[in-house]
This record gives sequence, structure tokens and C-alpha cells, in this order.
Amino acid sequence: MDLTRRAFLTRTALIGCSAAASPLLTPISFAAAPFEQRFVVIILRGAMDGVDVVQPYGDRALAGLRPKLGFGEAAGALDLDGMFALHPGLAGLMPLWAAGELGFAHAVSTPYRDKRSHFDGQDLLEAGTAELGAATGRDGWLNRMLQTVPGLSTETAYAIGHDEMTVLSGRAPVANWAPDAALELSPQARRLMEKVMHDDPLFRDALAEALLLARVEGVMDDEAAMGGMAGMSGMAGMGGMEPATQGLGAIADFAAERLRGPARIAAFSIGGWDTHAGQSKAIGRALGELQETILRLKAGLGPIWGQTAVVAMTEFGRTARENGTGGTDHGTGGAALMAGGAIKGGRVYGEWPGLEERALYQGRDLMPTRDVRAYAGWIMRGLFGLETSLLESAVFPGLDMGKNPGLTL
Amino acid sequence: MRFDPELAEMRFGLGLSPRVTGPGDLAAMLRGVSGADHMAVRFPIEPFSAFLARLVVNRELRKERRQAGAGSEGFTAATKQMSLGKRDARMAQGDWLGQQVQRRVWSESGFRERLVGFWADHFTVQGKAGLLRRAVSPHVEEIIRPHIAGRFADLVIAATTAPMMLHYLDQESAVGPGSALADEMRAKGKLKKIGLNENLAREVLELHTLGVGAGYGQEDVHQLAKLFTGMTYQPQVGFKFQQKAAEPGAETVLGVSYGGPGNAKLADIHAALEDLAEHPSTGLHIARKLVQHFVSDAPDPDLVAHVAGAFGATRGDLGAVYAALLEHEAAWGADLVNVKPPFDYLASAYRALALPEGAFVGMEERDVQRHLRVPLMQMGQPWERPPGPDGWPEEDAAWIHPQGLAARIDWAMRGPGEVMAELPDPRDFVTAALGTRVSDEVVFAARAAESRREGIGLVLASPAFQRR
Repeated sequence: MDLTRRAFLTRTALIGCSAAASPLLTPISFAAAPFEQRFVVIILRGAMDGVDVVQPYGDRALAGLRPKLGFGEAAGALDLDGMFALHPGLAGLMPLWAAGELGFAHAVSTPYRDKRSHFDGQDLLEAGTAELGAATGRDGWLNRMLQTVPGLSTETAYAIGHDEMTVLSGRAPVANWAPDAALELSPQARRLMEKVMHDDPLFRDALAEALLLARVEGVMDDEAAMGGMAGMSGMAGMGGMEPATQGLGAIADFAAERLRGPARIAAFSIGGWDTHAGQSKAIGRALGELQETILRLKAGLGPIWGQTAVVAMTEFGRTARENGTGGTDHGTGGAALMAGGAIKGGRVYGEWPGLEERALYQGRDLMPTRDVRAYAGWIMRGLFGLETSLLESAVFPGLDMGKNPGLTL
Repeated sequence: MRFDPELAEMRFGLGLSPRVTGPGDLAAMLRGVSGADHMAVRFPIEPFSAFLARLVVNRELRKERRQAGAGSEGFTAATKQMSLGKRDARMAQGDWLGQQVQRRVWSESGFRERLVGFWADHFTVQGKAGLLRRAVSPHVEEIIRPHIAGRFADLVIAATTAPMMLHYLDQESAVGPGSALADEMRAKGKLKKIGLNENLAREVLELHTLGVGAGYGQEDVHQLAKLFTGMTYQPQVGFKFQQKAAEPGAETVLGVSYGGPGNAKLADIHAALEDLAEHPSTGLHIARKLVQHFVSDAPDPDLVAHVAGAFGATRGDLGAVYAALLEHEAAWGADLVNVKPPFDYLASAYRALALPEGAFVGMEERDVQRHLRVPLMQMGQPWERPPGPDGWPEEDAAWIHPQGLAARIDWAMRGPGEVMAELPDPRDFVTAALGTRVSDEVVFAARAAESRREGIGLVLASPAFQRR
């Protein structure tokens, strides 16, 4: 790939002088990233109903639990393997399923139990620890993974969007940026800005990183304009999809663009899963966004999709039984989605606990049979070759990853 | 404790203003919270009960449309009226945003505006569909604003029974399975409309009253959800307790039984909300949140205990709670700490700049977009669209990341100059905005900037201005 030497040199030079002038803690190098595989983590905020997304229509108890919500082929869902059917909101991903590039893990959860608070649930999902407020502080598990990898640059990992991504925050350097962010300052204004922020570390560091990332953005745009990155951006690189100007489409495009460059890790979130009422409509909308996101990533990554794994996970599942207002309430076990050319898809992973009353957690929720962190752990084991002992101590402290489910190629 | 009027304006108010003087002592500050509401009169916002009229009109038009039939002239005419109604509400939402900035520019009781913002966030609501997406400010105006200085229990009851809350947290459609309405629906075969959900009940316990760490369980959530059945609203009347939809019999929440044999009553719901509002866990939860919001992300335990103590001693008299917060030494640490969230930041900038009255009146939609909505979105706080029922984050790190800071700087350097024909001299503005908390670096930057706009932008971007 001609990610031109010139581009590399130009960028190194640019960043080089900014690094000299800025108090960024980490020296910036654009040496090749420590690995070639790409890993995208999507946090689904609001508790996705796994039982509606990957419908266990082969389980005879489902009909009694969800008489009104509907499920299976009668409700437009698409058969996956005779036991599970895919919600029609993800119908556009069926070609990926057929190609073995889409899979699911079912009956999963974090160790979070019983209080069923979104906010604590998300904190624990992103912390990756067994309990809240564990010794790791506000580190996210994806950041702790990066802390074990030598030779990172500031651009190895991107947290994208306007909300805070705790999953990627911590000591390892991470780029935080949004597709619509920009920062253009004259040289004089820049010097003065650095001066007024110099004594406040929070502002000083954020400014240094913003200036750096805005420059990277500028360089990338220039290259695209000069044709240096022809075929790498714009419509040609998007598999015919129009570039999105806002929302999740823009985030996915941005992630794909960075991952084609020096970035190896990206994390962002998708909301809208808290479906207490009118679930059919609401979940359809959220699934539409998830689907578009994955298709855009695939289109934008082009051949790199082959070495990419995407995992989408949520804080907990929802009640096995539908509630009285056409929705579901906060539950426990749920599902995670995995996609990408590096994933061994075409399978619904996990041990199915059954939906009979006595099989449910507290007689109410899908019983989790495996920790969702084990799946994330095995993906990272497969992608980056990290030792399970390391994953079980530094990344997900106290986790027993169990048997290798063989998620990656 | 020595009263510091400058710090009072910065930390507990809306920032310094070259035109408006804040309260001179603690008593005046507290009086400003409960006295005559001058800002509501000077910069009016439609109250929710008036907003309801928009829903009534919309409903009538929909009926007209249905009667006229698709393809008819009447259908087209009604459709057109409906979309005009939508447009009008959307533009009104922009006007109300402008009004709220104006209130913050001109208020002599900044603490009052801050408390309205605090409680509106504590009891977050959003409109999820149609016209209600525009109704948040009217809701805050009528439900939150008049209740910030009374009993916490009254605020809880007002917020929980508000149509917007019933809508946002899915209470409006709940029907007790043992209720008379459920029987009627069963007879008609409308099984889909029977039943309830736990959304509002859970958030009342977890977010609005006890707090997530308190000793309630799943069964308490479920029982409270059953007790809440019957609460709904109608465009013609607003809140309505629909006795027919309420689950008969008693429900037990935290070991206390509410209601009994016979018809369910709204009074039972009120009784439960009163008890939850006065619970010791609630006092602690509210105290911690107030201290975190007004003083520091890492709340001082003494200060929290002091505020919680006042809450307990007065059974949640909010005036006494605020007094406890303000009379404590730990609330007045000289260093500026918390980062202003985007709306507070933008509004405090216009206060320091003394934005002329009327600047945001009758603004075109695209200007509301450009001058207010887009900057707020890029700073990470899209107007009236918080991430969830827990409202906006308090932690500084949630706002000051590279993309958030870039948006603040970008706006500071450009935004005010696009709205105001005349900007002050940056050398004077330093003092107007920062008072005695000005540093040599900021004075230097204001003087050395290449243009007036950039000089103003540098002062507004300085950490001393972004913190409080």
C-alpha cells in the first residue's frame, strides 16, 4: 500500500515540531503500530434486549414469555441456525453472517447483578472489573490492554464522539476526537492559548492533544485533496456509500479512516436501547444505527476488514418476559455482537440456559452462562496474541476466561 | 465563614457581569432564591399548561385529517396546519433557549438560575416524539422553577406527576393488570394495552430519591411500579389520576404498605413519594449531589454531612439545605474548581460580555442553530438532549477532552464576535470576566492577541474562566 513515504515524512515532521513545543507526556512516533489487526469496541448504552435481537425461537418457552412482542420468522426475523433468528432490524447484515463475518455470543453478562442500574452497569462494563470502585480506579479495560503493549503512538487508539469513553480511558495514550471537531488557530493565538492553559494540567494536556489531532486531520484532508490517499477516502474507499456528514454514520466513517491509517483500536457508543415501552419501534431504530455502523466500517475499511474484529456489548440484558407496555424492563443476561473478517462468524456462541421459569435468573431474566468479558478476552487473545494470564490479571482482573471458544481466525 | 461576593457569583451564580451586581451577603443570596421571580417575568417562557394547547390543536387536526380521508383536500389542508404547528413549536424552543441565556445575562440572583438548572437535571425529562420534543423548557418553567425553594417532597411530587416525566419514563401507558380498565380491555380483546413497566419506579428510587447505593431491592421497584399505575395525562387537562387504570390493593415499598382494600387513590402515591423524599438515604444522596455540583467533583465529607444534617433536621426544607451548603467553610475554598458545563459556560461568557437585551429575540432558526445549538452540541451538550435519565455528567473530565476543549476554543474565538456588533476591549474584559482571579498570563494574552476577537476568545478560554 502506498501510504506514501512523503505522507509519513510530512506527518512526522509536523508532529515532531508540535511534540517539541507541547508538553504531551508521551513522545510521539509514527513508527509502525505494534500490530496490524484492528479492534473496534462499540458500547451499546441503555441495555440492549438480546432476546429480541438474537431470538431463541427454537426455545418453546419463548412464546409464553413474549406473546405480544412477536418473534421468529412470523415477525420478520431471519433464521440463523434453526435455534436463533435475527431481528429484521439487522437484516442488512445477513450477507456478513453468510460469509462467516458476523457472530453473536448469547446469555452473556458482566459480573454486575441485581441493582439493574444503567449507570453502574455501564461503569462496570467499561471498567472490566468484577466490582465497581475496584482498585483500578477509572481505567477502562481496553486502555489496560494497551498498557501491556509496547511501542504505542498517540494515534494507535481512538475514542470517538462527544461522550466520554471510559472503556478506553487510562494511562495508555489515546486520541479522543470527534468527526466534527476542528481547531484552527493562528500561530500567535496558539502560542497565547498554550500560555493561558499552561498551569492547568487538565486543560494543558487536552489542548496539546487537540492541536495535534487537528493537525493530523488537516494532513489527512490535504493528502486526500492532493490524491495522495486516492482510493483511501471518499466514495471510492467507501464501497460506493456516500460519506456521512453527521451522527453515527460520520463516526463510523471517521473510525474507518483512522483505522486505515496508523490507528488499530477504536471505541465509541450507540444509545437508544432502553425499551420499556413500544420496543418494536425503538429497537428497530437502534438496530438500524448499529447495522449502518457495521456496514460503513466494512465499506470504509476495504481490504483491512479482513483483519478487523468488531465487538458490540451492552451493560445488561432485559427481562425475559415482556412487560405490560410493549417493552421489557432491566434484566441480566443478554447478547453481544461480533463482526469482521477476523471473526469466525456464522455462529451463535454460548451455552443456552433455556427460558423455562426455573431456568431464569431470579425467575425473571435470561440466566447468564458466561462472562461477556471472556469473549472480549478471547478476541484480544486471538487478534494480538496476548497471554490469557495477562488478560486475566491486568485487563480483566479476576476473570476466568475458560475454554477457548475459537472466535478468531 | 467570610462572604466573598465575587466567588459567590462565580461558584454559586452565573459568573461576573459588568452590568449586574450580585448579592452582598448570604441572606440576600438566599432571599434571591425565593423572592419575586423577576427573570421569569422579564424573559418569559411558555408554561407547560399553555404548551398543552399545542397538543390539543394537533390532536384535533389529526382527527380532521382522518375524517377527511387520505387524498382529500381537507386531508392536505390539515396536514399543512400540522406541519406549521410543528415548525412553530420548533422555533419556540429556539426562542426559549435564547430567553434562558438572557436570564443568565441579567439575573441578580444567579444562585436561583443555577438551582433551576440543577433540579431540572436531577429530574431529567426529554420529549421522545412529536411536539413533546419541544416541551422541556415549558416543563421546567412550570414544574421545577416554582418548587426549588420549598419542601423537597413537594418538588418530588411535582416532578414525578408531571406529564413530561410520565411520558419520558413510560408511565403514561401503564395499566394495572387487576384494574377496571384492564377488565374492560380484556373484554374488548385489547390485551396489548394491559400491564406496566418499571422505568419510572426504578429511576425515582435510584436517581431522584434514595440513590443507587441505598437499601432497596428489585421487589421495591416492582411494588412502586404497581403503586404508580393510574398516573397519566391528557392534553386537555394535563396530569390525571385515572383511577380505573390503577392496580387495586396495597403495595409495599421499603417495608411500608400504601393503600389498602378498595379503590386506589392518588393520595397513596403521594404518601409513598413523601416517605421516599424524607428518607435519610435521600438526604445524603441530595447533599452529595449538591456539593458535587456546586463545589467539587470530590465532595468534602464534612460539607456533605452538614448539608445532609440540615436536610434531615428540616425534613427536606430546601431553603435550610441551601443555607447549610452556603454557611460551611468548605464551600468557599478560594481556588476555582469545577469546570462549567457547556451551557453554563456559554451563558456566563455572554454575561461577562453583557450581551445586549434582545440579541436573541426573534432570531432566525438558522441563527439559533449556528450561534447556540451547534456550539453546544460540539461542546458535548446538545440542547435538551441529555444522554439519559441521569442527566449531564458532573466530572470535569467528561467535558475537557480534546474534542470538547477544541469546540470551546473554537466558539470562544469566533462565536461572540458573530453575535455582538461590538466587543469590549480585551484589556478591560480581563477584569470584567475574572475579577481578582486574573493571572499575569491571561492579562498578557489579552494584550498580545492579534485582534479584539482573539483577545476576548483567549480570556474566555482561560481555565480561570472555564472553572468556577
